[in-house]
Amino acid sequence: MHDPDFHRDFCRARLIGAVTLGLCLAVAGHARAEEKTDFKVAWSIYAGWMPWGYAADNGIVQKWADKYGIAIEVTQFNDYVESMNQFTAGGYDAVTLTNMDGLSIPAAGGVDTTAVIVGDFSAGNDAVILKDGTALTDIAGRPVNLVEFSVSHYLLARALDSVGLSERDVSIVNTADPDMVGAFQTPDVTAMVTWNPMASEIAALPGATKVFDSAQIPGEIIDLMVANTEVLQDNPDFGKALAGIWYETTALMVADTPEGAAARAAMGAASGTDGAGYEAQLAATRLFDKPAEAVAFVNSPDLATTMDHVRGFLFDKGLLGPTAPSADAVGIELPSGQVLGDGANVKLRFTDDWMQMAADGAL
Amino acid sequence: MRWINRRPRRGAEMLLLCLPFAALVAAYLIGSAIRLDANPADKLLPSPAQLWAGIQRIALMPDPRTGEWLLWSDTAASLMRLAAGLGIATVIALLLGMAVGLLPYLRASLGAFVAFLSMVPPLALLPILFITLGLGEAAKICLIVIGVAPIMTRDLALRVHEIPREMIVKAETLSASTWLIALRVVLPQVLPRLLTSLRLQLGPAFLFLIAAEAISADAGLGYRIFLVRRYLAMDVIFPYVAWITLLAVLADIAIDRLRSRVFPWSDLERGA
Repeated sequence: MHDPDFHRDFCRARLIGAVTLGLCLAVAGHARAEEKTDFKVAWSIYAGWMPWGYAADNGIVQKWADKYGIAIEVTQFNDYVESMNQFTAGGYDAVTLTNMDGLSIPAAGGVDTTAVIVGDFSAGNDAVILKDGTALTDIAGRPVNLVEFSVSHYLLARALDSVGLSERDVSIVNTADPDMVGAFQTPDVTAMVTWNPMASEIAALPGATKVFDSAQIPGEIIDLMVANTEVLQDNPDFGKALAGIWYETTALMVADTPEGAAARAAMGAASGTDGAGYEAQLAATRLFDKPAEAVAFVNSPDLATTMDHVRGFLFDKGLLGPTAPSADAVGIELPSGQVLGDGANVKLRFTDDWMQMAADGAL
Repeated sequence: MRWINRRPRRGAEMLLLCLPFAALVAAYLIGSAIRLDANPADKLLPSPAQLWAGIQRIALMPDPRTGEWLLWSDTAASLMRLAAGLGIATVIALLLGMAVGLLPYLRASLGAFVAFLSMVPPLALLPILFITLGLGEAAKICLIVIGVAPIMTRDLALRVHEIPREMIVKAETLSASTWLIALRVVLPQVLPRLLTSLRLQLGPAFLFLIAAEAISADAGLGYRIFLVRRYLAMDVIFPYVAWITLLAVLADIAIDRLRSRVFPWSDLERGA
């Protein structure tokens, strides 16, 4: 009846299977840190990131990749969080994210991350909206619907701070961003923090008043294209190609020409609105289409102040990791070489290297 | 000897039972060790020690910010929704399923409609539910009901319809009314099936619960998973997934035990 040979073979097969599966799980993220020619970039739908999709669709990515003899695969994610998780897990070499999420997801996850392009900052794209209220102080005591731990949450913390309130004065209800517009129209929702395009749609509803927006904290919610630092160090051409793609695309999209209007209309359509709707979002976005301005922005001392606010917020929410002893746990390097926090654990780096090259026309 | 006739001995059977689980754990440990070796702060596959620290934080000590015992308050919130949703769905399935299965008039008018309803993908209705019922408990419970009740109803109606016609005729010859036939002939025969049907819907019910909690909530198992997913806290997500699985398995076993305790004869029927 019993066949010991079979049994042993069976066990061995299982063991081999287990090892193989383990290796697959692990290797998913470790084809990196050496010179290579194939790169993967992830982006998701947001006013300031639409140029990446447009560049991929219109041959601009191909053109710059060819120039440096590399291949760049650009993937659009419908889910922003998933795109960052994929980058953190090592599946992508670069991703679009905000300065805050860059610190709390890849950097706090131990992935050394460099901001190659500072694409824009939110200047009104994120807003606090109240029902039956005219001033921010009316928010006290209300439940506030927002995406917890997102830039909306940060905006709320900054807004409350500005009028001497704190998060203890409100209660937070985590709500998914695609459902914000519908949620605002239900009776039990009276305060909401969200971003465009939802924010402008909600603010236009009857009874809704925008009481605070990101234009009141300019330069604090920054949209970046970040890349894995090791990959960049080993392949500086990848950074050059990203910079080339960005500035060629943004120069086209801000141009007051029929081509520029066509590009804006295409980006608007891709983001689910139209040319006019997209231009309204761009008006609330401080887009860095000129590399020199982006270089000046990352070199200004305000960036250190902003990142200090951000890391304080993240630490306060436990997002720098459960074992982080203080907001200093994850080091942030600024272009000047100054480091905020732990110099031995620098995981988020701001640099003007590639933007400066673009400004100098050295790409 | 042919393979179909070879059977493992009792000891070997236990071993074979454990093997896939052991293989999964081994694969995890190997993958985790490799990733952590490359990046000690990697969050994707936490080590057993990190997992244990995560479990301690969520289950064995109050959360420093809110003072709540997260796993337990989340479990209570979720189980309440699940029990309410499944309870309502079971009652609907029993009443409607019996009626549709038994009464030709109702079958003619509602049979196709219930079949139609059971094909609607409930998750696509979420925005409508949230707008009409608000973001509170009602919408979440309603999603579970919409998700599982039509299928349970159909299943029960089919089962009622399968009851041998002779049995009904026999009851009629004994001058039983429709009501009495429903109560004394049909009901006892379909109750075990209702419990089995409920058991089979546990998985979908959890799916709908978690989907609803992901959209808007301030507590719940699904809420926590989608919240901490924002910073890839797999040391919390893995224990939560294991816990949800365990809860579902326990509920499955409990309902099956209940069925065989209350309707011992239904075990015989199944074997036949």
